[in-house]
Amino acid sequence: MTDPTPEQTPERPRALTADEEKARKRRNVAIFWSLIGFILLIFLVTIQRLASNISAGG
Amino acid sequence: MSVTEKSAETITGGAASAASPADYIALMKPRVMTLVVFTGFAGLVAAPVDMSFISAAIAIFALALGAGAAGAFNMAYDSDIDAVMRRTRLRPVVRGIVPRAEAYTFGGVFTLASVTLMALAANYVAAALLAFSIFFYALIYTVWLKRSTPQNIVIGGAAGAFPPMIGWAAATGSVSLDAVILFAIIFLWTPPHSWALALYKSGDYAAAKIPMMPVAKGAASTRRQIMIYAIAYVAISLAPLATGLGGMVYAGAAILGGALFLVLSGRVLTSRAGEAGTDEDGLYDVRAGDRAARDLFAFSIAHLALLFAALIAEHGAGLHFAFARFWS
Repeated sequence: MTDPTPEQTPERPRALTADEEKARKRRNVAIFWSLIGFILLIFLVTIQRLASNISAGG
Repeated sequence: MSVTEKSAETITGGAASAASPADYIALMKPRVMTLVVFTGFAGLVAAPVDMSFISAAIAIFALALGAGAAGAFNMAYDSDIDAVMRRTRLRPVVRGIVPRAEAYTFGGVFTLASVTLMALAANYVAAALLAFSIFFYALIYTVWLKRSTPQNIVIGGAAGAFPPMIGWAAATGSVSLDAVILFAIIFLWTPPHSWALALYKSGDYAAAKIPMMPVAKGAASTRRQIMIYAIAYVAISLAPLATGLGGMVYAGAAILGGALFLVLSGRVLTSRAGEAGTDEDGLYDVRAGDRAARDLFAFSIAHLALLFAALIAEHGAGLHFAFARFWS
């Protein structure tokens, strides 16, 4: 069997540096709060629309 | 993409990135977002229909997100020319801290989120206008016009003119003459504003091979066109007085501010702004001959802000939309 050429050699993921770890954690936290915020906004819009429709119907 | 290139990207991008949330916020062009929110809010407040506080706040937030999405698309596509210009060379994609593909993805996700939020909080007309404005800025302006014609910011200026119309549509569900006037004010403001900057930053644009008016047609032609557009801008800024959209406060801002705008444009016309030389580093740093252009650039921002602040003051002073109908 021949050795793989350099282009075919699978890359091994290297360990993240401390700064990269911190940056990744900050990004994850930001994504988490962004999703929570988006869900809250959709919830608020839904409640507001319900209230509006109920008051219009009543 | 070869195997080698793909592997390199896997290592340097994704989890291995040192990008912070602030870098992604920078992708959204926060300073542009501020103006978008401000003018969009003015359109919403000036509209003759009350809107609940919750809906109004979410509609404005959606507008800001949409502007941010358009900014991210712009930074992703323009990273090659941004790297050449001093004003833009520290942007996250240029520095390589945010990969280009991520910037596109970021723009796509925020486009979807903003248009969805606008449709739910306001109506489909506002959502459609928001979607179109993002499309216009990202594709028509950034991809097509910016690199192909000196009229780039004249036509592309429409993208920046949409926010007050979107705000108006969010409140009313339609687009009226007043909304079109608000659009036209920003549309006609953009050429003198952008060309004033381009006059004293023409070296940057030339280096990036962007056919801005001073680069493509020369400084003298640009100064003349600034004067023509300034007259058109000041004229259209008086239109709200005719339709009743603007009151006494607005009249003061439009007439006095407009007069000063014309004086400053006249100074640019008779100056030698944009003639040969090397650009200074800061946004407001200029060579001696370019001061007239710098002054017009700075005042143009203040004048537009003043006009829309006057509308907000006149229509929003009672805050009728905010507290009387918090929920519905």
